[in-house]
Order: sequence, then C-alpha cells, then structure tokens
Amino acid sequence: MNEAELQAWVDGRLPPDRQAAVDRYLADHPAEAARLQAYREQNAALHALFDDVLDARIPDALQPPPPGATSTPGSPGTGGEAAMSRSSAIPAWRRMAAMLAVAVGAGVIGGAAGWTLRGAGTDSGTGSMASGASQALATLPREAAIAHAVYTPEVRHPVEVGADQQQHLVAWLSKRLGKQLRPPQLASQGYELVGGRLLPGDSGPVAQFMYADAGGQRLTLYVSSGQKQNRDTGFRFAQEGNVGVFYWIDGSFGYALSAAVGKKELSQIANAVYEQLQPN
Amino acid sequence: MQEMHERLLACLPRLRRYARALTGDSASADDLVQDTLERGWARIAQWRPDGDLRAWLFGIMHNLHVDQLRRSPPPAVALDDGDLPAAPLAESLGLRDLERALQQLPPAQREVLLLVALEEMRYEDVAATLDIPLGTVMSRLSRARENLRRLMAGQPPAASLKVVK
Repeated sequence: MNEAELQAWVDGRLPPDRQAAVDRYLADHPAEAARLQAYREQNAALHALFDDVLDARIPDALQPPPPGATSTPGSPGTGGEAAMSRSSAIPAWRRMAAMLAVAVGAGVIGGAAGWTLRGAGTDSGTGSMASGASQALATLPREAAIAHAVYTPEVRHPVEVGADQQQHLVAWLSKRLGKQLRPPQLASQGYELVGGRLLPGDSGPVAQFMYADAGGQRLTLYVSSGQKQNRDTGFRFAQEGNVGVFYWIDGSFGYALSAAVGKKELSQIANAVYEQLQPN
Repeated sequence: MQEMHERLLACLPRLRRYARALTGDSASADDLVQDTLERGWARIAQWRPDGDLRAWLFGIMHNLHVDQLRRSPPPAVALDDGDLPAAPLAESLGLRDLERALQQLPPAQREVLLLVALEEMRYEDVAATLDIPLGTVMSRLSRARENLRRLMAGQPPAASLKVVK
C-alpha cells in the first residue's frame, strides 16, 4: 500500500474500490489504522479551529496599502493617487470585483495585458484609444457604472455620510471637488437621498450621491471634477451590464446618473437632475 | 456583473481562513489578504474568465507569503525536547495546542496541509496553486500530518522543525 494512497484515503479521495482495499489493509494493520485515524481527526480539528473565520464579518478596512508599499505603485485604474487617501480609497476587493465584472462584461480580458480602467473606454479594450474629450466621455459612464455596482449592494455602508447630515455631506464634498454641489431633490421622482461618498476618479475626486426609492431601488449620481476638454455635451446613454447610465459634461464637471432601471424611467430622472443642477 | 461580484465575494472568507491558519494571527492574515487582493487587482489581465478564480487567488497569496518569509524570516530557534509537552497529552490537548503545533510546521508543509485539509482542494489543484509537482504535494502532505501528529502526541517530530519564538 503506497503512502500517497493512504493519504488519499484520509481525505476520501480514492475511488470506491481502492477505498475498500485500504479499509481491508487497515483492518490488518492497527498501527497504521491509528495513524490514519489521527490524520482524519486533524482534518476535523483544523475545521473546528478555523471555520469561524468563514462566518466572520469582512472588515471594511481591506484597503490598499499605504504609499511606498510593494504592490501598489502603478496600479491601474484609480488615477490621481494623491486623491487616494486611505479614508477615501475603495477597499481593494471591491475595486477588484468591479474590475472583474466590467472586464468580463466587456470581453476585454485575455491577452489584453495592461488593461486598465483608463483604457477601458473602447470595445477592443486595448490600443487605439481615442484621446481627449472622446476618451473622457467614454470612461465617464463606465467609471460611474463601476462605482454604482460597487456601492449599491452595500447594506451596512452604502454611503460614507448619510442624508441625516446633509449639510456636512454637501460642505465636505463641495470642498473636495472645489465646487458648490447641491444634491438634487428627487422626491417627485420617488427617490430620497441616502447620502454620499467621496471616490478617487480618473481625473480627480468624485462625489457619489446615492438615492433610494420606497422599494429599495438605488440610484447613484456620480459627479466627476476635472474634465479637461471643458466642453458641454448633451445627454448620452450607455448600458453597462444591467446598469443604465445617463451622462453629460458641463464645463469641467462630468455627471453620470446610474440605475438598474429602464432607459425611459432613467431619462426622466436625468432630466430632473439636469434641471436642478442648472444655476438659477 | 453581479455573478463576478458574487464569485469574488465567495472567495474572500476562504482566503481569510487560509491566511489566518497560515500566519497564525488575525492581523497578519488580513494584511496578507489585502496584499493578495492588491496584487490580484494589478494583475487582473492575467486572469482568464474560464480559470479557477479561487486557485488563482490562493496562488497569489502563496507567492506573497513566500516573499514575506524570505524578506523577514520569523525568529526561530531549534526545537529541543524541552519545548515539547512533557508527556503525551493527546486527549487533553485543545485546539489552541493544535494551532501552536501547526505554527511549528515548516511553512511549505503547513501550506500543503491547509490546502488539503482545510480548503479541501484536490491534490492536482494544490500542485497547480503552489506550482510544485504532484509528488511533492503528496510527500509534504505526508510529512506535515506525521509531524503534526507527533507534536500533538508530545513526541519529537521526525523532521527538523523550527519553533517561532
């Protein structure tokens, strides 16, 4: 009886005929039987010792390492490392989940070395990136859809600052984006402000406002600063997976409204948002 | 989209459990998980949608752990009989003792044992994850189990083991 087979017996990995053969062997070799039984007990004991980790809450603080640590320099996709303070960084795994989801959705993984969020604006995923305004226009809805996909499923921490502290929320995000922000009131569309958070964006800090309707359907408004092409656009629509995104650029700011609702419903909300954002 | 999100979420508790068992303490474990996700994220282009996400992530964690050990080997002293329980205590040894014994195994043995016993990976997947031949997996598994058994039984281990601190 070879040792590898005995090990496989411990783990129940043998085909039935071999399992039975080892059983017969062990019946005649009590010392070996005791040894293998001890190994089986080890398996059970290791589960008893460590399985509670499986049910433990995942700490929020699974965040990128501080600057200078080995694995982050040159990490793609976040842009504006200066804006990546620990408090505002998206926890690494969430970012990764969103990346995976979008990459798979767009079919760009596989040989597309160096795929980055920044370069994700074209269908090909690599090379031949249009530059300037059209690139920014292409990345805006995708960034917004990623941020939407990452945070809307959150139950405990959908926002950093809740709507109950709206003054603080608005002052904080306005300061970070360098513009007086006014989260639109969407009550007539059936949505209430839940709160907001600050995110690192491709061209600078980004504010994300989250809304929810009575049924729990969530809606996010992504406000991106530092749009360099500095020209206004009309409404555009993009579908990223099941998330629809209406987006437009107004001066140096990009806006994107994301939700997993129909295009028609989303366009009505987008119109309401747009009207409220216009200076009086 | 949602499916990928869920697949990664599904891996996270297991990564944390493995890291916890591998490193022996929660803080180091979560640091290791964090580094694993960071590196995985930076290398996302190398992952293929038809690949085994769990094996890929565990492979990354393995490489990081090896790098860490190489950079800063834990203070170690040779194990002598004085460090071992005076008498066989197999019945009374609790889980804490198992954890202590586990940390006395050489890291290469500990990794294989945990992937097999705790993760319940197939031997072939362990070989792929650690990038070692299947025969090496089986011999390390055998040695790890026997060393752990002897440590728990208060007997001197067969191989040259090290005691952390």
